[in-house]
Amino acid sequence: MTLSELIKGGAFLLGPVDEKDVFTPEEFDDIHLMVKKTCADFVNNKVLPKVDEIETMAEGVAVALLREAGGLGLLSSDIPEEYGGDEADKITTMIITEAMIASGSFAASFGAHTGIGTLPIVFFGSEAQKNKYLPALATGEKVAAYALTEPEAGSDALNSKSKAVLSADGKYYILNGVKQFITNAAWADVIVTYAKIDGEKFTAFIVDADSEGITLDPEEKKMGIKGSSTRSIIFENVHVPVENMLWKEGKGHQVAFNILNIGRFKLGAACVGGGKRSIELSTDYALQRVQFNQPIAQFNIIKNKIAEMALKTYAMESLVYRIGGMIDEKLAEIKAGGAESSQIVEAIQEYAIECSIAKVYCSEALDNIVDEAVQIHGGYGYSQDYAVERAYRDSRINRIFEGTNEVNRMLIPGTLMRKALKGEVPFMEAVFGLAEELKKLKEVEAPTGCPAKEEFLLAKMKKLFLLAAGNAAQKFNEALVQEQEILCRLADMAMEIFAVESALLRAKKILAARGEAEARLPMMMAQCLANDMIPKMDAWAGEIIAGTLAGEAAAKVFGGLKLLTRYTPINTYTLKREIADACYAGKKYFLERR
Amino acid sequence: MKTFVCIKYVPDTSEAEVKVNAAGDGVDSSRFSFDINDADNYAVEESVLIKEARGGSVTVVSIGPKESEVMIRMALAKGCDDAIRIEDRRIAAHDPLLVAKVLAAAIRGGGEFDLVLTGCMAADDGQMATGVALAEELGVAHAAMVKKVEVLDGKVKAYRELEGGLMEVVEIKLPAVLTIQTGINEPRYAPIRGIREAQKKELRVAGLDDLGVDAGAVDAGASGIVLEKLYIPEVVSKAEVIEGEPEEKAAKLAAILVKGGLV
Repeated sequence: MTLSELIKGGAFLLGPVDEKDVFTPEEFDDIHLMVKKTCADFVNNKVLPKVDEIETMAEGVAVALLREAGGLGLLSSDIPEEYGGDEADKITTMIITEAMIASGSFAASFGAHTGIGTLPIVFFGSEAQKNKYLPALATGEKVAAYALTEPEAGSDALNSKSKAVLSADGKYYILNGVKQFITNAAWADVIVTYAKIDGEKFTAFIVDADSEGITLDPEEKKMGIKGSSTRSIIFENVHVPVENMLWKEGKGHQVAFNILNIGRFKLGAACVGGGKRSIELSTDYALQRVQFNQPIAQFNIIKNKIAEMALKTYAMESLVYRIGGMIDEKLAEIKAGGAESSQIVEAIQEYAIECSIAKVYCSEALDNIVDEAVQIHGGYGYSQDYAVERAYRDSRINRIFEGTNEVNRMLIPGTLMRKALKGEVPFMEAVFGLAEELKKLKEVEAPTGCPAKEEFLLAKMKKLFLLAAGNAAQKFNEALVQEQEILCRLADMAMEIFAVESALLRAKKILAARGEAEARLPMMMAQCLANDMIPKMDAWAGEIIAGTLAGEAAAKVFGGLKLLTRYTPINTYTLKREIADACYAGKKYFLERR
Repeated sequence: MKTFVCIKYVPDTSEAEVKVNAAGDGVDSSRFSFDINDADNYAVEESVLIKEARGGSVTVVSIGPKESEVMIRMALAKGCDDAIRIEDRRIAAHDPLLVAKVLAAAIRGGGEFDLVLTGCMAADDGQMATGVALAEELGVAHAAMVKKVEVLDGKVKAYRELEGGLMEVVEIKLPAVLTIQTGINEPRYAPIRGIREAQKKELRVAGLDDLGVDAGAVDAGASGIVLEKLYIPEVVSKAEVIEGEPEEKAAKLAAILVKGGLV
């Protein structure tokens, strides 16, 4: 396999990846570090002191903060300079997104505005639409909302009941419909929404929120992110000028799906920030809370929890910045060729698998982290006086919006199979080569040193994925899309591989660039992640094979599974204690640079 | 107005436990993030405000390692125009008089100047001496602990914060050195645009030889101060719980206080 094939979306599942081909946070340049500092200053001094006001939706607070962020350029890292933006690379955008999560509610307002609210115009707007809307969105003078979901169209977004009919004079589309769960609804000036022209052609529109015929339902009473505005928007004979149709008639799905795709890796970045904050809150608490005459931080089971939080944060951080680096490289390549902005979206589409992985892996890792953060706080964690209580509630929505985790899981193997059919990735070739490789594996002695052992395990896990996916693909063919349990388990396997591989490649890169002392803890984390991966993968693959094959055919494949999942577990207790101690030393996720 | 602003790269001791390095002459820097000294951040803001009101330029001067360049570029991102970073292992950095000598040489090398601003105190060594010594080296007047600045023609009105809430107003002829108090202004954050522009601004790196400073005049041998050691004092506390009825307790407490010579 050539290098360029390996850089293709999803191709990491088919063969080894070199650490030189991944971007890591250790490679942030001066601009990245400075933006990070500006974000930290803004969040610590402006956002956090106002958290209580934000949570109660105090009049004007969130919008004022959005504008202040706009003044610093933090709303416009995806908006080109010619439209008043401060367009930067995706790594910069991710750094900003990561910082904003310190307030889950504000992060939701920020994300809806800068992401799904603004990006449809950036990528699909006409020149006139960009000139009209983007400068005010860049500064926050105008706030954007994105209205896709309807009472009967959630995951099934194309089942929209909203209608647009051209007026008799041909100057307006007359919009009717109800949109639900719309973030920023209360304070939006610009709404990107969708309706079917003549009840058929699903199309995107830019609607000015002060148009006649728009009404809002009361605020939803939500479980979390209570300080963000979430309301239904009702369009009743709203006159939308024809020039406000976004992109092409009947091509609304292109806008809708691509924008969600971009939102997904940014959501991953936000979760990284959430993980870091939970570690800060939890280490600080555990070091102060004394029970049985010692700080609970010193109990090994608390250390184990803190270490797990660090491991998950490390895996999340390694994988999302790896994706950011992949997308930036692809963008640089196509921008050099003078690409249209809608082509940029297609380029990001190349990494649809990775974007879905970022969304699902990170939202679930963060949910797990905030859950343990509450647990470490004990009864206090259940009290609204402690920040982890809010973090716990705020985290839950991440598994639901931007495409549910179930929809995203099914997209992961689904997209891989589609790419395989199109010949974009050599999936079937890899599957066919598997029998031969398994035969060879019988004679190979497993390496014992680090990171050779972890590399070996990872290579075997990729083969295990191919074994499960290949058999499922051959058994069900095109009907595989109906086998949702199998698809979701294949997604679990792919995510685990991508996360552990990203963690290991980053540790190797630190080792190569900075030496053993600095690579020690990252390598330990990679070791723990690789070790803990095997039993999970074993169970998942077993489940898939049992759901795919029976009798002798199944027995034969189980033989391959046994061969692949054979390993000697390491003592992770000692490693995790040391990882926790490193968190305690600075009361933070220790790789975080400020 | 030609202004110089002198800033220092200091460890943020609020976020991690302070540990002394193996040599015993500094803190274990691997455990900290470093950033601009708090008071210097206000000095940077004040210098940019003065430039915005009166025109002219602001040059940043700092003695520090390569890693401090992000801090220096942050000042450039906020509106300063160019910078000199001085790095020379021979400088006796623990001695404010010698640090002032080096800074003065860099400032003099930049030609005429109107104003030099610096923070009134460094968060790490707390000497509060560098700015004042710098005025002496440059042969100009100074005002320390400045909480408000009004630039007039050829002079500056400085409001100095004294003990007990007193404010002293002095008028000083330019050129002058002002050491700036925290709270004088609200330091801005560097916008993305400024951050990007800062990468293009000149940041000159100079050693003692480039500045024309004789190393023998500013090295450890020239210093009247020998840094013996840094250490973290052992915290010793003793608590005695007095038991008994209230009257008994009061009597025992009184006896202890009298015996200890405290009353």
